[in-house]
Amino acid sequence: MSKRVVVVGGGISGMQTALSLKSLGFEPLILEQSRQLGGKVADWHLLFPSFTPAEEVTVPLIRAVRQNGILVRLGCKVVSIESRRVILCSGERIDCDAVVLCSGSTLFDATIKEEYGYGIYDNVYTSADIEKMMNNECVATASGAAPERIAILHCVGSRDEKVCQRHCSKVCCITGVKQAIELKKLFPKAEIFNFYMDIRMFGPGYEELYRQAQIDYNIHFVRGRISEASPLMDGRVQIKAEDTLTGRPLRMSVDMLVLMIGMRANDDNAFLSSSSGAELAPNGFFKSRNSFVDNVLSTKDGIFLAGTVSSPKTIGQSLNEATTVAHRVAEYLNYGN
Amino acid sequence: MATNFGFSISKPRVIDVDTNNLKKSNEILAALPELQSCIGCGSCTASCTAGNLTSYNFRKVHTLVRRGEYAGAYEEMNKCMLCGKCRLLCPRGINTRRVVMLIKKCLGDF
Amino acid sequence: MRRSNWEDYQKSIADDHYYYGRSCIRQNFFPGSEKAFLEILAKELGRDIYDDPLHSSCTGIGYHSDIVPLDTIMAVVARQFALMDEAGYENFVTSCITSFGIYTEILSTWEEFPETEERAAKTLYEATGRKLVKPKNMAHTSDVIFHFRKQIAEKMCRPLINVTTGEPLRVVEHIGCHYAKIFPKKGIGGSEFPYVLAGMIESWGGEVVDYPERRHCCGFGFRNYLVQANRGYSVANSQKKLDSMAPYRPDFIVCNCPGCSMFLDKWQYTIAEMEGTTYGEGGQGIPVLTYEEMAGLVLGYDPWQLGMQMHQVDVEPLLNKMGVQYDPTTKYLGKNGKYIGKPAAAAVNNCNDVGLYEIKV
Repeated sequence: MSKRVVVVGGGISGMQTALSLKSLGFEPLILEQSRQLGGKVADWHLLFPSFTPAEEVTVPLIRAVRQNGILVRLGCKVVSIESRRVILCSGERIDCDAVVLCSGSTLFDATIKEEYGYGIYDNVYTSADIEKMMNNECVATASGAAPERIAILHCVGSRDEKVCQRHCSKVCCITGVKQAIELKKLFPKAEIFNFYMDIRMFGPGYEELYRQAQIDYNIHFVRGRISEASPLMDGRVQIKAEDTLTGRPLRMSVDMLVLMIGMRANDDNAFLSSSSGAELAPNGFFKSRNSFVDNVLSTKDGIFLAGTVSSPKTIGQSLNEATTVAHRVAEYLNYGN
Repeated sequence: MATNFGFSISKPRVIDVDTNNLKKSNEILAALPELQSCIGCGSCTASCTAGNLTSYNFRKVHTLVRRGEYAGAYEEMNKCMLCGKCRLLCPRGINTRRVVMLIKKCLGDF
Repeated sequence: MRRSNWEDYQKSIADDHYYYGRSCIRQNFFPGSEKAFLEILAKELGRDIYDDPLHSSCTGIGYHSDIVPLDTIMAVVARQFALMDEAGYENFVTSCITSFGIYTEILSTWEEFPETEERAAKTLYEATGRKLVKPKNMAHTSDVIFHFRKQIAEKMCRPLINVTTGEPLRVVEHIGCHYAKIFPKKGIGGSEFPYVLAGMIESWGGEVVDYPERRHCCGFGFRNYLVQANRGYSVANSQKKLDSMAPYRPDFIVCNCPGCSMFLDKWQYTIAEMEGTTYGEGGQGIPVLTYEEMAGLVLGYDPWQLGMQMHQVDVEPLLNKMGVQYDPTTKYLGKNGKYIGKPAAAAVNNCNDVGLYEIKV
């Protein structure tokens, strides 16, 4: 009988992990807490830097999971993990030979950055809201008008000690560039300003897209972090920042303010860590055994990591880890113990 | 009627994008879109013949112009000696001498 | 405004038995406010509050102007707390935002660095023979009025409603920086969406006006306004706020900080005289109230008993809107019935031009 590996999470990392495990002859079981597979990518519209529809990633993976007869249990919340057993919130115990944590991360709650008035003022949105609006083809201001000026603020809930998120969320810079271009395509007459602390274009094609945004789409990039958003009488939003490259404070009113929210560690990580003994990094994400050859291993034998459960990652990086982790699980189950 | 209180009310030094007229700035960017790609590295100002001897800061002046702050930009650009060293260094390939000439041409009135 | 998050910032406010710490400057600029607070607490709400003649300035203005060193102010604060304990109280309420900031900052410093508390206690004992006992509860007086806002609403006889139109009065609230910008969790509603004054306004029938520069500092800044040459950028901050709020046509401004209420009131006069700009209706100023004055008006107190004749900007347009009955001939009579003098007519207090105020001395 083939060995059972529990994969916690049915996002893209979890699905790819399960598929790779299956092809190596194991019997993976996906435990997903929501009612559907696909994770956060399922809510996204187009993916950077190629503007590929997100469903071109999620749909084939979901189809492959079905076609390969991989066991999936939806609506299953895991409350405790040991290396050979997983306990669900129903109290049910599932015995297994290894566990792969693919439980991802949580989008930063922008209401915590109170100074931006998200949830209080109209016309303040998050990057996730914009993706949903694009999916529903309803991008517009709260009054339904086409925006004439849009501000995009990078690093909301990332690199910010004030909200206990010191890490860089990695993907928001390029998402800000991507959404700026998409919004410019939708509203060619709109002026778009990206406010940033640093622009981190680490991936293939990212720097090129950034240049394209600047030169071909005339997106303004202002180095300075918005310090405050306030409502105007007509429902627009006034923002304040420093244009640090000129050393002057800067103020403008915008029809939409879009906050590039970061990825933070799941709250569940705390008890998944304490039950399993797999350690967390100071930022709350699961700690890899090391950053190099063992980056998909947790600090506990038999518990593995793939995707954003261990740090913010792109889709490509998450999928690579998913493939890698299956091989490391195979090594562990075939030769290890 | 103004009463003398021994001080005057400070004027804001904020760049107010709402009240600034961006027409000239847009003209300059339309003529030379690559100017938007400046990443503020400072190579131009570091190597600037004029900037090493005067307060001339090419990077800062063109950034202000892009925000619609035109006052003094023409006079500042007059300090440029057009030596071209900055253009050799610019990692974004901006035609910096053309920026100088464009700003002078567009903002001569300011 | 959807102020959904103010309830995340709750603090415990004692319900009775307060030791009262006065402000240094309020008794000059808003002289009826502290008296009104004591009256509202004792008479309207039946609470026990002790106004101790022994307590002193917290020396906060000196501290923030680089005149009073940290160790000195800690010893002064230790003495206030010792006096509170000697009087048999453990709930400290202070009338001043600067003092509130000082007290919370020092209590927090003592907690983080216990050696500083030991030092302050030692200095206090050596200098005065008194013993430092820290308060159980520390609140600003606006917190206390907020705490009782519903009880006050039950006794209200003049809600914040325009009697002519029946519409709620439009109120700008301004919170002193040191109320919540030092320790957001020590202020009701935090620092971005403080609810301490907004809660009073809403409970008493008014409408809170949010405007772009709501969170901006009034520009008081201690050493900045103390030096004449620096006042230009101090007043410019108030001007920025007034420019920003004027289009919303507020009926009045309410503040919880002595400096802010003074500045937003007096600078309107300065700006009008220097630059000819006024911000209220009919070329007049926007009246600036303290929260005690607002509570007093709501409870039916006489505006002159509340000390509102000491405002730079005339409050009569607001009194008329609220339907407050007042006697113009007694406006400039002091507590003892003696004429206290009146300001020369100016753009922001042109009510004096009306012959009504001509009283026989």
